[in-house]
Amino acid sequence: MQFPILSIIVFTPIITGILILLIPAERKTEVRVTALAAAIFALALSIWVYFSYDIPAGGYQFIEKYSWLPQFGISYHVGIDGMSAPLVLLTGVVMFTGVLISWGLDDRPREFFAFLFILATGVFGVFVALDLFMLFFFYEIAVFPMYLLIAIWGWKETREYAAMKLTLYLFIGSVIALVGALAMYFTSGLGTFDMLELEKAGFSTDFQILWFPFVFFGFAVLGGIFPFHNWSPDGHVAAPTAVSMFHAGVLMKLGAFAALRVGIMLLPEGAKFHMGWIILLTLVNVVYGAYIAMVQTDFKYVIGFSSVSHMGLVAMGFATLNADGMLGAGVQMFSHGVMTALFFAVVGMVYDRAHTREIPRLGGFRKMMPLVTLAFIIGGLVSMGMPGLSGFIAEFPIFMGVWGTAPWIAIVAAISIVITASYIIRIIGRVFFGQVPEEFEGHITDVSVLDKVALVLLSAILIVVGIYPAIMTPLVESGVNNILRLLGGA
Amino acid sequence: MEIVSNYLLTFILFSPVVIAVILMLLPRDQENLIRWVAFILSFIPLGLSIALWLGFNSEQPGFQYQEQAIWYAPINSSYHLGVDGISLTMVLLTTLLTPLAILASFGISDRVKAYMVLFLMLETGMLGVFLSLDLLLFFVFWEIGLVPMYFLINQWGSEKGERELWGGRKMSARNYASFKFMIYTMAGSLGLLLAIQMIGVVAGTFDLLKLYEVWPSLSQPLFGLPISTVKAIAFWAFVIAFAIKVPVWPFHTWLPDAHTEAPTAGSMILAGVLLKLGAYGFLRLVLPLYPEQSKMYAGALGFLAVMAIIFGALASYGQSDFKRLVAYSSVNHMGFVVLGIAAAAFATGTEDANIALNGAVLQMFNHGLSAAGMFFLVGVIYERTHTRNLNDFGGLFPLVPVYGGILIFTSMASLGLPGLNGFISEFLVVRGAWPIMSVYTALAMIGLFFTGAYILKGIKMVLHGPINEKWVGHISEISAREIVVIAPLLVLMLWIGIWPAWILNVINRAVMMFF
Repeated sequence: MQFPILSIIVFTPIITGILILLIPAERKTEVRVTALAAAIFALALSIWVYFSYDIPAGGYQFIEKYSWLPQFGISYHVGIDGMSAPLVLLTGVVMFTGVLISWGLDDRPREFFAFLFILATGVFGVFVALDLFMLFFFYEIAVFPMYLLIAIWGWKETREYAAMKLTLYLFIGSVIALVGALAMYFTSGLGTFDMLELEKAGFSTDFQILWFPFVFFGFAVLGGIFPFHNWSPDGHVAAPTAVSMFHAGVLMKLGAFAALRVGIMLLPEGAKFHMGWIILLTLVNVVYGAYIAMVQTDFKYVIGFSSVSHMGLVAMGFATLNADGMLGAGVQMFSHGVMTALFFAVVGMVYDRAHTREIPRLGGFRKMMPLVTLAFIIGGLVSMGMPGLSGFIAEFPIFMGVWGTAPWIAIVAAISIVITASYIIRIIGRVFFGQVPEEFEGHITDVSVLDKVALVLLSAILIVVGIYPAIMTPLVESGVNNILRLLGGA
Repeated sequence: MEIVSNYLLTFILFSPVVIAVILMLLPRDQENLIRWVAFILSFIPLGLSIALWLGFNSEQPGFQYQEQAIWYAPINSSYHLGVDGISLTMVLLTTLLTPLAILASFGISDRVKAYMVLFLMLETGMLGVFLSLDLLLFFVFWEIGLVPMYFLINQWGSEKGERELWGGRKMSARNYASFKFMIYTMAGSLGLLLAIQMIGVVAGTFDLLKLYEVWPSLSQPLFGLPISTVKAIAFWAFVIAFAIKVPVWPFHTWLPDAHTEAPTAGSMILAGVLLKLGAYGFLRLVLPLYPEQSKMYAGALGFLAVMAIIFGALASYGQSDFKRLVAYSSVNHMGFVVLGIAAAAFATGTEDANIALNGAVLQMFNHGLSAAGMFFLVGVIYERTHTRNLNDFGGLFPLVPVYGGILIFTSMASLGLPGLNGFISEFLVVRGAWPIMSVYTALAMIGLFFTGAYILKGIKMVLHGPINEKWVGHISEISAREIVVIAPLLVLMLWIGIWPAWILNVINRAVMMFF
């Protein structure tokens, strides 16, 4: 039997979370060190998995399968392909940097890290699950701690509202998806939840057309698809920094990924039928999200809505159902995850010092925090789709894919690039350059070394993928080929 | 040395980035060290491109020193570099101007390290455009250059000046100018981006050498539209992106702001090289990829070029700000480049067209020399007087005779005085364009007349007139460092003016073989 590396990655966080709960609450340093050690361990393993995935062989690798509830055809079945490998790495990165950023958190760090790590297990689990039941299982594990994390440690003004809104939205979404999943289970007649089996179930076209919207939208809610996106900016803003990073960086990918894996891959005919109008919704996401981001005055809301816009590109890439679009969407999930984690880290650092996020009241942070400024500029350029950075590598094929299906949508969506550029430049100019307001003069300190490590790591990833796309694109391409095979070589 | 000659273009392209990384490792407060290291190491790209010039065989058709490596395999884009005579001259211009611009910025004392690093990044961005033989790679470098330039203007631009926006809000002039530069150019590139994507989808490759063969001969309808419509739209998407960069009237309005607010060295590079990117785009992409459309719309392009020539000259004449005057002169001079291109597009393959193209490429090089020189000289006097208002000057000649001489020399080169470089290229453009577009060429001559007028106005208002008591004792002669900056430019202006064959041979062969 091969070494169960994926299981180790999945269960490291939750076991650490339980161990952390055993540490006495007042020994905060021990809690943090334990959390960091586990995060480094998970990151190292996910890097190893990422680089040892055999691209020419393709398909699912590192497979583990144990029967769990054989009566109902449920097994613990995990494995990764080219689509999920970057996402596992992304989760490792965000978990590691999230722990670094939250080092200074002083309000019950023990419980905070415990919940955060339970969340991480859920996320890892969804990305590696090959069993539909397991996927739901981990999906709920990921959503539930979010409620507590936001409601307890969130921004005082809106945390209860946002936590409630987010949780209700996501639960309703997952229930709807679950209905679709059960329909698949019973209709297939195979008596199994195994997705590799269900892929071959040969559902009738009518069945697929009927159930595809349930499954797709049920999950896509978490991916922030219009018109079900409006939990997301509220949730982002109310969440504490590390949770925002997780939330926008990884959790939204969870939705998009599950919509892909369960919706598009299991019901390909349904996807082909419905994508013509779904791509219109994603267009609204992209352009309207960018426009709303532009008119915000709260720093964190700008980033929150920019996520809606960028996740719209992911969904748009999926909706093209062709090689280029899917490839771009796969890279965009990774790129946006890293970028938005970087953004929320920076927003958190600024807010911790200024105690306000109103853009007009901020200014001149370059002088106090030069490295943070540089990191934000890099993230901003990624967001604008500047060539040489990962955003371009991701968005370019998405647009190519859209050209292949609906040219005019590519043209309209391109407007979002200029809108994005304008709000990013405005933030850079206002918050980081310009005059330091008097109220901040003298008592704003630079960020800690740990924060810097996190920022440097995140920025470096964005640059490396941008300059040398060969480090990621062949991997994603192999995953895309797998999907295209299900779509009938479209 | 084997490896250097095999990968010469890569070395040229990335040596500025390597230098920038070295600079980042230097301590922040050692400003003089940073300046000198940046200056001395910036001769490495120059030396390599001189080696390239010497090793280049102008008899051989096609692209030389080609390199190809995997870059973005899933969408069939590769790291493909190569030079021909046209890009070679531009590479030489870029690597020549960068050390001079760095030397010209020794006066910068605010965040020297960041400044120099951005400058070198900018150099790589510009070189990449000239060296790319892959459409996607071309676009990558095309956009990358924007970022350093934005920050150079935004952070090191002139500190004075405000612009009133609609609604009465005020913002500092350099913020306004840099924002306008960035958004204008990005919005302009949107069409280019979309057209490149579309070409990539249709042709299945981004490699220029393949596209030269596949794209122009494509004939099946696309997206339910006739191919000619699709191509015409894509053609205009390309043209607008490049026209904004050149800039061609009426897309020029970002230029006076950006030039005026940029630091001296930034203006030198902006006028000297960045504007050439647009013209180079016309030569490298628009004409070969869209021969039919180019011919069809050459008249419109020629019209815009003539407008740029005339209005550029008139606007320049109307300025009272010395730097703005020089800025508008770029619109005027680059108009000739576009006129040459338009004429050549209309009558591809004829001898007249070749002459016009020769003139256009040489004019790109020449304008690079003279515009960089003029902006530098404006900077020199601004550093001493802290004003650019022409009405504050006058009668400076007796106070700064050497500077005055250099200013007159450079102005004359810009004006197109026979014996200096500007004459050769403008003459070639006009000679080539005359049989093809007689009316436009005749109108352009009116523009040329105003060119003389604004240049003389500049000289008169700065140097001549009764001695200006205000500046006696307050203004010092041009320094040795500054003379070192301008001297190579002066030498080249004279050299090309007297014996243009050394550079024209290379250009001419490239033009004949390429078109």
